[in-house]
Order: sequence, then C-alpha cells, then structure tokens
Amino acid sequence: MVPILEVQDLHVSYRSSGEASYAALAGVNFHLMPNEILGVLGESGSGKSTLATSLLKLLPSNGNISRGSILFEGKDLLCAPAGELEQIRGKRISLVYQEPSVALHPALRASEQVFQVLAAHESAGKSALRQKTRQVLASLFPKEADRISNSYPHQLSGGQRQRVLIAQAIACGPSLLIADEPTASLDSTTQKEILGVMRTLRDELGLAMIFITHNPALLAGFADRVLVLYGGRVAELGLARTVLSSPKHPYTRALFQSMPQILENTRDTRKTKLPVIAGDSSAAQLPLEGCVFEPRCPDRMEDCREREPAVVNLGESHTVSCFKYGG
Amino acid sequence: MEVETPQSSQNMQPLLRVEKLVKCYERQNVFGSREKLLALDGVSFAVAQETTLAVVGESGSGKSTLGFCISCLEIPTSGSIWFEGRDIVVLAESERRKLRPQIQLIFQDPSNSLNPRWSVEEILLEPLNLKGKLKREETKQRAVALMTQVGLSSDMFQRSPAQLSGGQRQRLAIARALALEPRLLILDEALSALDCSVQAQIANLLIELQRTLGMTYLFITHDLAMAAHLADEIAVMNRGRVVEQGPAQNILRHPKEEITRHLLAAIPSLDNAERPPLES
Amino acid sequence: MRFFFRRLRHACFLLFGVSILAFLFTTLAPGNYFDEMRLNPQIAPETMAALRAQYQLDRPLPVRYVSWMNSVLHGQMGFSFAYNSPVAPILFVRARNTLLLTITATLIAWGIALPLGVWSAERFGRLPDRLLSWATAALLVIPDLALALGLLVLTVRTGWFPTGSMTSLDFGSLSLGGKFRDLALHMTLPVAALVLSGLPLLIRHVRAAVAEVLDAPFMLAARGHGIPRRTLLYRYALRAAANPLISLFGFSIGALLSGSLLVEVVMSWPGLGPLLLESILSRDLDVVIGGVLFSTIFLISGNLIADILLYWADPRIRTESAAR
Repeated sequence: MVPILEVQDLHVSYRSSGEASYAALAGVNFHLMPNEILGVLGESGSGKSTLATSLLKLLPSNGNISRGSILFEGKDLLCAPAGELEQIRGKRISLVYQEPSVALHPALRASEQVFQVLAAHESAGKSALRQKTRQVLASLFPKEADRISNSYPHQLSGGQRQRVLIAQAIACGPSLLIADEPTASLDSTTQKEILGVMRTLRDELGLAMIFITHNPALLAGFADRVLVLYGGRVAELGLARTVLSSPKHPYTRALFQSMPQILENTRDTRKTKLPVIAGDSSAAQLPLEGCVFEPRCPDRMEDCREREPAVVNLGESHTVSCFKYGG
Repeated sequence: MEVETPQSSQNMQPLLRVEKLVKCYERQNVFGSREKLLALDGVSFAVAQETTLAVVGESGSGKSTLGFCISCLEIPTSGSIWFEGRDIVVLAESERRKLRPQIQLIFQDPSNSLNPRWSVEEILLEPLNLKGKLKREETKQRAVALMTQVGLSSDMFQRSPAQLSGGQRQRLAIARALALEPRLLILDEALSALDCSVQAQIANLLIELQRTLGMTYLFITHDLAMAAHLADEIAVMNRGRVVEQGPAQNILRHPKEEITRHLLAAIPSLDNAERPPLES
Repeated sequence: MRFFFRRLRHACFLLFGVSILAFLFTTLAPGNYFDEMRLNPQIAPETMAALRAQYQLDRPLPVRYVSWMNSVLHGQMGFSFAYNSPVAPILFVRARNTLLLTITATLIAWGIALPLGVWSAERFGRLPDRLLSWATAALLVIPDLALALGLLVLTVRTGWFPTGSMTSLDFGSLSLGGKFRDLALHMTLPVAALVLSGLPLLIRHVRAAVAEVLDAPFMLAARGHGIPRRTLLYRYALRAAANPLISLFGFSIGALLSGSLLVEVVMSWPGLGPLLLESILSRDLDVVIGGVLFSTIFLISGNLIADILLYWADPRIRTESAAR
C-alpha cells in the first residue's frame, strides 16, 4: 500500500523581529498510511503546531520551510502553486484547528460556516449544498442538528463547537484529517465523546488522521501509531501499543512516569511527588549542538552533548533517536 | 478498603465550611423575559486545615461559581460560608475586604490573569505593597524569596509574562497569591491548561507548599486523575449540587453515584492500549 | 423589540432636552431680530415695540418655550422674520438640498473607503499600505476649508464645472436628461470636497478594524478550509470587523445634515448650512431653533440606526441564552 502522506526531512524555522531565526522543526520524517491514525505527542515548544500548519503551508509570514518535502498522494505539496493548495485545503486535507472558542467566526451561524466550506470546493447549486450541509451536521449532531445549525458559536458549549469544527473539516470528504489538540479545552467526559466521534469518522469515512496532543493517555486505544516530538525532532516513532506500554526514548519514559496513574497504582501514591522532568521545554532553552533533550535527560552520556543521535530501528517499525540504542 | 479521615481534621475546626450555598444568576433577555440560571443549588461541605478538597465535575456543574463565591468575587444568593469561624456572606464589605487576602484564587489561564504590560517584578510587588508598609529593600527581598519558593529564578524579574512559558506563568500566579500569605488557596482548573509534564511539576510544587506553609487547598477541576492524586477528599458536583463526597480513595474505588462512575470512566489512561475502549 | 422601544424613548427624551437647550441658548444670546432696525432713524420706537409685542419677544422665557413647543407639535415650526414665511417649508427645501449632497458624498466615500481599507489591511505594513497611509495623512491634515477653496480655484481657472449654486439659470427649460446633467455638474465640486475631507478618517478606521481581524484564529482556520480569498476578505473579515465600522457609519448618518456647512457656504450651495449661518447672524430665532432641531433629529436617528445595525450584525450583542 502506498502511504497517503510522506514527510521527508522537514525543516521549518521562524524569524523573530531582529534576532536570528529559530528552528521549530529540524528534520522530521514520517509517513502515514490510508485509514491510519497517527498520534503526534508533543508539548509546548516541540513544534507540533508548526507541523500541523506547515503540512498545509499555512505558516505565518515569518515562517519559512527551509528544507524537505511533503508528499501527499505522491505529489509534493511544497512545490504546488497557491491555487492548487487552496483546492486541497478543506477538500482533500482538512485541519481541525485548536481552541474551538476562537476558531469559529463569531458572527456566522454554524450552518453558514459549514456551507461556506462546501461552497468553496463543490460546484453544485445552492440548494444542493444546503442539503449537504444539513446532512453533515446531522451526522455529527444526531439529536439536535436543527438547533445547532441556527446557533451562533457563543451559544454553543465547548464540545458542540468542536463538533462544528469537525463538521467543517469533513464536509467535503477529505482523505486526511489533521487535528491539532482538538480536546484541549474540553472537560474529560466531552473529551471522551470527541474521541469517539473521531474514531467513528475514521471507521465510517476511511479517513487517515493525524491527532496532535500533549496528553499521551488520549492516544491509548485510539491511535494506531504514535510519533513523539521533542524540540522539533522525532524522538520516537512506532506502533501505539509498543510506544505507550514500553517507551524507549528517555523523554517518553520520563513523560509517562510524570502522569498520575491513579487507577493503575495499587499502592497509595497520593500526595507524593511525581517524578518530573527537570527544567522546561520552551524553545529558548534548546541547545544548539548535540541532542536536544540532553540538558534534561536523566540518562545522558558523553556523546549526547556533541552530536545529534541518528535514528535507530528497533524492529517492528519502532524507531528511536537516542544514543542509548546505538545512533 | 475504607480509608479513615485524617485525625487532625476531627479535632480542629474546619478552616472552611460551606452551608447550603445557593447562587442564582438572573439574565434579562433582550425580549424582556428574565431567565434564571441556578448555578449552585444548596452546596455544603467542609475543608479541614492543611488538607486538600478537590471539587470535581463537568463544565456547567457549578464548580467555578463555587470558587468565585468562596473567594468573595461573587455574592451568594443564600447560604453561608464559614471561614475561620466567621460567616463571610453576612459580613460588611469593609470587614470582608480585610479577609480577602486570606483566600486567594488561581485561575486556569495564567496569560489572562497576569497583566501583560507589567514586568514579573511589578506583578509581584503589587500585592506586597498592598499588604504592608515595608521598606523597599525588604519588599524586594520578600519578592526574591517568593520566586525561590515557587521555583523561579530572580533574574526573570525584568521579563514580561508573555516571555514566560505556561508553567512559569502559573508559578508566578502562585507566587503572587502567596505574597498575601493566604490560608486558603482556591485553584480553579489551575493545571488544566498546562502540558502533562508541567502539570506534574506544578502539582509537586503544590504538595511542597502544603507541607512547608501549611496551605489548605480547594482544588476545582474536571481532571479526576489529578484530583485523586492531590486531594484528601473529593466532592463530586453535578448541576449545582454535591452528589457524592468522601475520602479520595473511597470515591475512586467505590463510587456510588452514576455521575461519579461516568467521570471515572472518562479518565484517559495509558493502559487503554491493552484494554478495548470503554463504552459509556 | 423592547430594545428598540427603549432606545426610541431615550431618543425622544434627548430631543426634548436638546430643544430646551437650543431654545435657551438662542433666546439668551444678546440681541434680537429687530436690533438692526434700532439703528434706522426712520423707524419709530413705538413701531418696534409693537413689532416685538406682536412676535411675543417680550414674554417670559418659559411661556415662549411652551407656546413654541405647542406650535411645533402642530407642525408649525415658527415664523421666519427674514423670509417672512413659516419656517417649516424653508427648512424642508434647504434640508433636501443638503441631503442631496451629503447622501451622495457619504455613499461615494464609503464606497471608496471599504475596498481601499480592506486592500490596505491585506498589505499591512508593506509599501503600498504605507503609501496609502501617507496619502490619507496628507488629506487629513489639509483643512476642509482649504480643500473646498482649492477645488473652487481649480474650477475657476479651468472652467470645467460651474462654480456655485445648485442649478443653472435656465434649469426650468431643460429636458429631464438635461436637468439631471445640470444638477450633476453643479454637485460635482461640493461632493468632491466632502468626499475628500471625509475619506481619510474612513479609510483609516476600515484599515485598522480589518487588519485586527485578519490575524484572528478563525481567519486562519477559514484559510485552512480553502475558503477563497475574496470570500475571506468580504464575508469573513469585514463581517467580523463590522462593529467599530457600524458605529462610524452611525456618525456618518448623524452628520448628514450638519457636516457640510463649510462646503455649502464656500460653494454657494443652497443648503441648510448657509441658511443657519444667515439666521444666526440676523437673530432669526425660529429658523435657528428649527434648524438645530432638524440636525439633532438626524444625529439621534443616526445613532439609533447604528444601534439597530449593530444588534443585527453582531449576534453576541443579542443576549440570548446559551443553547445547552
């Protein structure tokens, strides 16, 4: 099977006013098969949002894709002209933006916002498009589609807004959906709902999905493969059940250990300190040479400060970038 | 296995006791009809000193309103809030103002609760100057001490909040709250907007502060996992009422109410990789 | 609906208050219409006293106000000494002339400012935008008087347009098409002066409002959906940037009767402006009060229309309950 998306050696940097540019992504490689859910695990400063926006070439004016290629269904998006990109966005690749409270236009009704997406890409008549809008909204709001259609964003709850965003994304039947922290501002029961919605979409529509989050627990039982992003580089990549149950990269391990696993622990670990990763992952602190995780790594070695580790194949399509395993 | 409540809370008076708290919002529709929104419908609980009570619920359950009422940002419609033996609802405003420094609120989004145009130093100095008539040198020293206490370095003084990371901003918000030497800290979804690993750092900080300063926490959240980790007791809220309350372990292992079981089932867990996804 | 009625009630109170103030200020101003006559030795003081009594000029203020209010509510806005006729018809004719100018100018100005402002906001900070900013700043700095005079001088030198009044002398004998053309030619200069003086403010506000919106997350999200550029700019950006612009539009409506005084006087356009000026100078009180009242009605209506438009354009202002 041919991968639907192949990202090769992607380098993206931002120019801040006056100062030199800083690299948000420095050599990201992965591929995505059709109908597959890839979970991208990254915290702030890892470059995850940059990854989402650069896949559709939606970077702000101070962003620059300096190297690499993004092959979508065999075609390099970075070489595509602007008109073609506009056609692809929303129709073949859709982005579910984060923060539903600001990602919807405040003065347009929900149905209008979905309608506009359809009108941008499909050449059917108005009434046919309105019909399709109703269908799309009904598929996401089985019980109250009419009321939601006529509502404005400020009248909807967080979960409802998120579903409207998803409706916009799937309206034209894309083959790839990129979701950037879609559940970040929602409470836990709504989070679970939205994950269920997305899984159903994958099963029913055959979508391939890239699900970006900072919470590894959300990817359990949801993603097929997991990619761990740190400092703009791929730390680890493999099948979800392998990465989540036996992570290899020191960052991934430390991240999982710092989560309160309250249901799983048999001892009473309440109010004890969680093992945390020292320091901060904000971009300003990343070292310019050697492994990006080295300053905070509990397992650091000599080589880590001098060179960047290469990608090591651990078998079963599980790769890791760490000197501990070779590299 | 039942867990006993800590001995100390049975002997001493609880720091905070809320009795039948009701908060009703009235909104006038543009067409003239009045709408009533019952945010709190008779909430009662108590928090012992130097312990943590977690208030857990979905959005719309009224937990944030509870935080606002207790921190005197909203006046309850009826009911009483006993803080150190005094009912702050019936106090005159001048008396209540004296009590305010003792109850501090930490918000969810630190970028909204910190003035973006002030430097870190100015943000910290404001409550210190409000509090006492210390000399400049002493105030400065106190500010440095606060920064160290929350794990920030004092050479961040000249930065603006926008230059700090989410975790650093939240630490600053906590430092600002500590400047007033409060007895009760209300954390309204204070960890929810942070990355997972940063949540762990701040959680550790909170545990440390409780140990060294004897802080009492009211931890409002929808994240039952973190609540269970940090709290001694958990109160589950639904539609403005406390439906279940008890020691954290009891709530986790033996939930009684439907909504509690619902919340428990919604906790995402790494172990799901082996289990099939839970059906609600 | 209640919202609308409440605003209407406020508007009436405002109008009432303004009428009292206008009456007070004009009558308390020193002098009256007949003062000029005092200098004329041929008119006897008794005649003057009789005239003053006839026009009730020596009754106490509140009485005069009430009787004036009474007649206004009956549709009579008083009597003009200078024109020796009831005030209302004079006002209506002049107001109509003014509105002809200002409505045309407002429509043209907004019609230019909106696309230009949007175009400029799209290129924010870059050279084309900066050039436009300089041009509008230059226009802003030139006083309206200088603009009007400048245009007048230009036309006197070149003879392209007639230099004053509303119609040519032989207006009545022209065909319909000829009348239209004649009017349009006479209107060109004053409208141009009005548009040029009002344009910089509008362009700057449109540019600022749209530029702020263009960076919003929902614009990025819409781009991510592949919404084409034109729809993005006009249906999305302008719609979201509408709030401050609607308030500005309310001002534009409010100034329909009052904003063109200078241009009308300079270009000899028979509108409300020159009428008011004359009447103030000659203490023709009823005309002054009537004119002020007219302008106020427009100002208040302008605000009312702006409020209604805001209510329609921004759903967040309509406080409806959340659809939970």
